Amino acid sequence: MRYIEPHAHMVSRITDDYEAMRLAGCVAICEPAFWAGFDRSSAAGFYDYFCQLTDYEPKRAAKFSLPHYSWLCINPKESEDMGLARDVLGLIPEFLQRSNVLGIGEIGLNKNTRNELRILEEHVDLAARYDQLILVHTPHLEDKLKGTNLILDVLRADSRIKPGRVIIDHVEEHTVERVLDAGFWAGITLYPESKATPARAIDMVERAGMKNIWLNCACDWGRSEPLAVPRTAIEMSRRGHSREAIDHLVYGNPLRFLSQNPRFQIP
Amino acid sequence: MTREQVLDLYFMDARCKLIELAAFLDRVDRSDGEGDFRLQSLRMALPLLSSSEAGRAKAVLEALSDPTLEPIPSANGKGACGAWPGIVSH
Ligand SMILES: [Zn+2]
Repeated sequence: MRYIEPHAHMVSRITDDYEAMRLAGCVAICEPAFWAGFDRSSAAGFYDYFCQLTDYEPKRAAKFSLPHYSWLCINPKESEDMGLARDVLGLIPEFLQRSNVLGIGEIGLNKNTRNELRILEEHVDLAARYDQLILVHTPHLEDKLKGTNLILDVLRADSRIKPGRVIIDHVEEHTVERVLDAGFWAGITLYPESKATPARAIDMVERAGMKNIWLNCACDWGRSEPLAVPRTAIEMSRRGHSREAIDHLVYGNPLRFLSQNPRFQIP
Repeated sequence: MTREQVLDLYFMDARCKLIELAAFLDRVDRSDGEGDFRLQSLRMALPLLSSSEAGRAKAVLEALSDPTLEPIPSANGKGACGAWPGIVSH
């Protein structure tokens, strides 16, 4: 089996995870910028983080023949401080030159505040000005439905944004249809308690179709499972899905979306 | 999959989760104090399982969601708890 892990926070994982993912059939890993579990105190902290994502982490992945790509932004959890957020936004264009950066992400909302929304709009503007792909994080739990609607409004309000170049991640049963119906890609995240289980993820795919959906593990510093995508592939197989259908979902679909940026290459 | 195959694959898992939920509600009853909006939200969502319509998971998620439309002025914290506190006054 081969698969692409399109959303994993490898800076928080141990090296053994890279090896396990490679052994399970992973052929490329993409890492969106995210919250470290604490607030960084300055834009300089983000500068160092962006260097880690674009320089150090790809070297760690390369030890297992895994290409590593990243997405850059300030996470909505830290965008309440708009001064800091704008300083970080100012750093991003320099890093967009790097050959392993795929786009702007994971931007979005967390608690659906006015400041978060304003910084989301500024990220979308940055992506449009630099013609970047966008990866969107939708809020957790009770905030997801409202946040998804607000995010869709922001994206649709900017006529420069092409829905086919935007993936809206962490969809669940109450948000997947509205995301796909609006022409965006949808990401299903496999997580132990929140988000989706393998069984529910496959239910969503069976109902919504496989067209513009990817699966990801979003493994980070919390309880999460770096092998969630291959485990879900096994679950699909138990349900009788063909080898081709599984390959389409866990390899072909992320390849199709990510290849919109010509930098994304699988050797 | 046939219905029989779905049962073969998932019945034991669903049975386990159903009993866990029942035991959780017993545990809540045995405990002291009032509880809060989380318990209220869960109790309001439970009847959705008995619906004969498809889309139960979606309905439960919606029942546990913030139904308001406007962004809030600022947040008290970064986390989410799985139920909407406003359900108490709604
Ligand atoms: Zn993430």
